[in-house]
Amino acid sequence: MNSATREAYAQAIAELSAENPNIVALDADLAAATKSGAFKKACPERFFDMGIAEADMVGTAAGLATCGKIPFASSFSVFVTGRAFEQVRQSVAYSDLNVKLVGSHAGPSCGEDGGTHQAVEDIAIMRSLPNMSVVVPADDVEAYAATKNAAEQLGPMYIRVARLASPTIHDAETYEFHFGKGEVLREGTDVTIIACGMMVPRAIDAGERLAAEGVSAEVINMHTIKPLDEELVVASAKKTGKVITIEEASYVGGLGTAVCEVLSEKCPTKVTRIGLPDIFGMSGAGGELLDIYGLTADHIIEAYHEM
Amino acid sequence: MATDFKAIANQLRIDIIESLAAAGSGHPGGSLSCADILTVLYFDKMNINPKNPNDPDRDRLVLSKGHAAPALYAALAERGYFPREDLITLRKYGSHLQGHPNMADTPGVDMSTGSLGQGLSVANGMALAGRLDHKDYYVYVIMGDGEIQEGQIWEAAMSASHYGLDHVIGFVDHNGLQIDGTNDEVMTVNPIGDKFAAFGWNVLSIDGHDYEAISAAVDEAKKNVGKPTVIVCETIKGKGVSFMENAVNWHGAAPNAEQAAVALAELRGE
Repeated sequence: MNSATREAYAQAIAELSAENPNIVALDADLAAATKSGAFKKACPERFFDMGIAEADMVGTAAGLATCGKIPFASSFSVFVTGRAFEQVRQSVAYSDLNVKLVGSHAGPSCGEDGGTHQAVEDIAIMRSLPNMSVVVPADDVEAYAATKNAAEQLGPMYIRVARLASPTIHDAETYEFHFGKGEVLREGTDVTIIACGMMVPRAIDAGERLAAEGVSAEVINMHTIKPLDEELVVASAKKTGKVITIEEASYVGGLGTAVCEVLSEKCPTKVTRIGLPDIFGMSGAGGELLDIYGLTADHIIEAYHEM
Repeated sequence: MATDFKAIANQLRIDIIESLAAAGSGHPGGSLSCADILTVLYFDKMNINPKNPNDPDRDRLVLSKGHAAPALYAALAERGYFPREDLITLRKYGSHLQGHPNMADTPGVDMSTGSLGQGLSVANGMALAGRLDHKDYYVYVIMGDGEIQEGQIWEAAMSASHYGLDHVIGFVDHNGLQIDGTNDEVMTVNPIGDKFAAFGWNVLSIDGHDYEAISAAVDEAKKNVGKPTVIVCETIKGKGVSFMENAVNWHGAAPNAEQAAVALAELRGE
């Protein structure tokens, strides 16, 4: 409960190692941080540390995938999506291979390491690749379930997890992850709040506080950013007429952009995007930075009143 | 009867010129320089079955220098993976023969390549999978000499050695030329063998147009245990077509009809 999504990812892949002999894991000397070390502990013979060489890690994962393996290749999100972008592009996405890329320490919640290590562009660049799907789990329960689900989905996938512990919003006993389907956490009629990752608990908080003001907010956890649940986005926007998106990433090209793309074509709706306003992050405590960048329930409520 | 490598390689070269002339663009120089290597691999060394291109037990080949696609396509067509007539659809809309190899489109293509430097990592992954599955297949990877300027090659060279991937057999098509000039003018790659040796590889150096030498080197590589092997092949860019040989301008330009006719007459000994 209330643990980091990377921890839940680790638990899931460690279990997967026993459930499916085709699952392999790779890391680039960050197994202790991405938590893929849990797989190494559970199944050392199918764990490959590739050293500080993300391009090679992604290429090796692709080669394993051509032979029927299901590689989970982990590193910090900035490296696995950025440093190895072109390997992801050609050897994974273009080749349409069954490689799962897992980027941890994404976004400003990565904290003290600063802007060099806080991926703000990863959702955008992964989303731009044909064949690639993008999943951003909202909490530990969902990260666990999404990882288990990833092993069943065929094709390239990017899963974004976080370093910072965040509130658990799902019941581990009953939660079912439905790939490609947004989760309506609260129904409403005045505004739609679409969030992903650790912004989801904040969106729930905003929804509750707006309700206290007499505003009926619909809150959606959009864990799968690609393929986007367009039907849900359009239906909710039609109902409420106002949409706010919030993501712990640059608002250029990410969840907010994806929502705008579908709404501008299928249901033109006023949208306010909350995210990093086209800036890099900086050092600070992860939780503190989220507040500084306005990735908060307060900001969602404020944005609603300005719409 | 021994395989007539010379005749097959010559046919591959004819196919390369015909397909490039039909395409109107593409890369003859580096296709012709690796044609003999591909001939020995596809027509003798590789354990493959064109009727079952995805056989999990097959040997694999990664054409890391993907711009030599015309040579790979010629080898696959002559080996029976698809009709030879397909070759003249190279690079055309609707063809399964993309400008650079696409594993999703073409039977027998084991990996999509084109952007340089990526193939060795992929070959390593294939070899690791073979080891996990207790299979005995070999993974051949063809690299260009200019290509090894890409840093990923050396990341992969390190990991092949670290993991002791003796079922990875690399070839460096050392024709000495790349787009902007000679390797030495652009970015020195020599000594190639010493570099791989320093990375822990077993290194063999041969004439990349000598069929017996290519064959013997592969046999020797297979005897080598615990280390990957690289076969550094001294080659001539544009080999087999007099006006293309050692000519940097034929890296990425297709022959026009007249030039193709001259080249084909030479290759056919007319």
